[in-house]
Amino acid sequence: MGESVKHLVNVFSSPTISFLTLFAIFFFIFPPTEWFAAINRRLGIYKLWTGKGGVFIFTVMITGHCLSLTDPNYRAIVLKPDNVPIVLLLFSTVFFLWLSMKQAYANDARLAQGLKPNEYEVPEKRKVLVWPDLVYTELIVMVLCMVGLLVWSIVLQAPLEEPADPSLTPNPSKAPWYFLALQEMLVYFDPWLAGVAFPTVIIVGLMAIPYIDTDRSTSGYFSFQNRKLFISLFLFGWLVLWVYMVIVGTFFRGPGWNFFGPFERWDPHKVAALNNVNLSEIIYVIALKQTLPDNVLVREIWGILLTSFYFMGIPPLLAKFRLKGFFERMGSMKYSWFMFLSLMALSLPIKMILRWSINLKYMIATPWFNI
Amino acid sequence: MAEEKKNKNPFKSVIWKSIFRVQVPQDRRGRMMQVLNNVFLHLHPVSIPKHAVKVKYTWCMGGLSFFVFLVLTVTGILLMFYYVPTTTRAYTDVIDLAETTPLGIMREIHRWGAHLMVITVWLHMFRVFMTGAYKPPREFNWAIGVILLTLTMLLSFTGYLLPWDQLAIWAITVGSNMAAATPLLGREGPGAALVSIGDINLVTPLSDAKYGLLGEREVRGGALLRFYVFHCIAFPVVIVVFMAVHFWRVRKDGGVSGPL
Ligand code: HEM
Repeated sequence: MGESVKHLVNVFSSPTISFLTLFAIFFFIFPPTEWFAAINRRLGIYKLWTGKGGVFIFTVMITGHCLSLTDPNYRAIVLKPDNVPIVLLLFSTVFFLWLSMKQAYANDARLAQGLKPNEYEVPEKRKVLVWPDLVYTELIVMVLCMVGLLVWSIVLQAPLEEPADPSLTPNPSKAPWYFLALQEMLVYFDPWLAGVAFPTVIIVGLMAIPYIDTDRSTSGYFSFQNRKLFISLFLFGWLVLWVYMVIVGTFFRGPGWNFFGPFERWDPHKVAALNNVNLSEIIYVIALKQTLPDNVLVREIWGILLTSFYFMGIPPLLAKFRLKGFFERMGSMKYSWFMFLSLMALSLPIKMILRWSINLKYMIATPWFNI
Repeated sequence: MAEEKKNKNPFKSVIWKSIFRVQVPQDRRGRMMQVLNNVFLHLHPVSIPKHAVKVKYTWCMGGLSFFVFLVLTVTGILLMFYYVPTTTRAYTDVIDLAETTPLGIMREIHRWGAHLMVITVWLHMFRVFMTGAYKPPREFNWAIGVILLTLTMLLSFTGYLLPWDQLAIWAITVGSNMAAATPLLGREGPGAALVSIGDINLVTPLSDAKYGLLGEREVRGGALLRFYVFHCIAFPVVIVVFMAVHFWRVRKDGGVSGPL
């Protein structure tokens, strides 16, 4: 019984299955549009963001975690001192996600009744003195934090591995955990994209958010309904493309950057068959049964066309039809930025799915760069 | 008699009074002066909206990020007394930190604190997003926040190399290989061959972005020194400047956000 459950979890955690599942259900949990929101309501998913829902989420997480701790392979990765922060990250992220969504839904309900959000105070009674109200809270929080950090430091010794040896490459070699999402993207993209272009787009994209989403009426209190598109996309980027990838990179990537389930031993001899092909080969060799053209431009024209269409064709088309109202509200500048960032973020799941379904290696493969 | 009794109360002594310019306040005016007259407390406004003192609104994550940063500064300074950034000494110095130095958990506090700060900064950003607090007039402060986020991760990244163990150099190797892949500027990056004058290629292992980051071709002693200087001086100074602007802007943008 126990073993078969573990086996199931191992299989399920593989990026192929877990990512696709997450991708499939994500937008029903955090609906970006009214269409998704209706299904969310019909299925009662919003009940997660209540006291009972919180108890449910945490019972599942904590029981699962505790039961799993009986497994030596799980213990080995989760209790590795440097991995403890990631467990902390996981639990605190879920907790704060729940806390913010609970307050958001409570406020949505108030707004629907024509009330002001919970954070609102009538102007005359608004203010309290910083001394003692705020200073007192700060002191308590600081003391708790310091105590926590001290206990953590006493219980868990900081690890130190063998002395640095430039001639002995460990397998796997991992970047620090907070960059593992980028290293995980290396599986699907070349280093210049995963390591340079994506981080740049992430930083610029984050900075651009307030210049794209400028609706002041939803500022200063938790809410979801009136901001669902932006919240949903931001959470997708942060939770799925970042936190989930960090967890996969830390816990599930072993020697050779192969995937290992949480209850699987890290076997350095595991080999995963890698037989990836470029788009040009799929089109010319497999579909058209020809040889590859010699001219690079002819060979890669399909990938170039598809990629250009993705970034330059989709936004205007959507603006004309599906997102007409949105486009008019936003104006072309904000709309273009919004689309560029969203398409950039979506290019990752798209490439992952293409890799898994048709073993796609590169959309465009040239001697100078690959995409 | 009465005079003497008064002097025994340490809170009323001359020395105490000279340090703390006001007594523990009991009335409204005194409480306001308490904040105004204290160089540390005056980062705060005198009074703030009720919802903004609640932990469930701010989660205290911005304040905690700052607090953990201060803890890291103090422990980091203590670590610098013992640690020498050379390939021959770094590793053994780190062993000594646990075994022979007094208060042998400084390294632990520093390391776990560094992890913690990355988490608190992420959660702070998450809170700011979920409350829509980045919207005008706070949009520029959000951008400063993104810089702080980047700096926090860079601080952590540069510190990662200092123990000079296998974990350290290989993690930094993985990271700095990315610099080698920078378009145009990295030795393995797309378009690197284009950056040349005549036949002379300007982007070589001795001149590319990775070399600029490490100060040498691969992660060796030169990179260790460079990362040490980044970690202990350059980035902390820069992050403190940005934090100052960040806190200033929180006040200038109207204090912690709230519904209109
Ligand atoms: C070293 C890192 C950081 C420190 C020490 C810091 C500190 C603070 C503090 C103490 C506040 C006051 C309110 C609160 O505690 O929530 C604050 C507010 C704010 N922070 Fe940060 N912060 C940091 C990073 C960031 C990041 C990464 C972002 C966003 C990308 C950000 C954006 C903001 C914004 C927009 C506000 C105003 C929030 C409001 O008015 O409700 N900060 N920050």
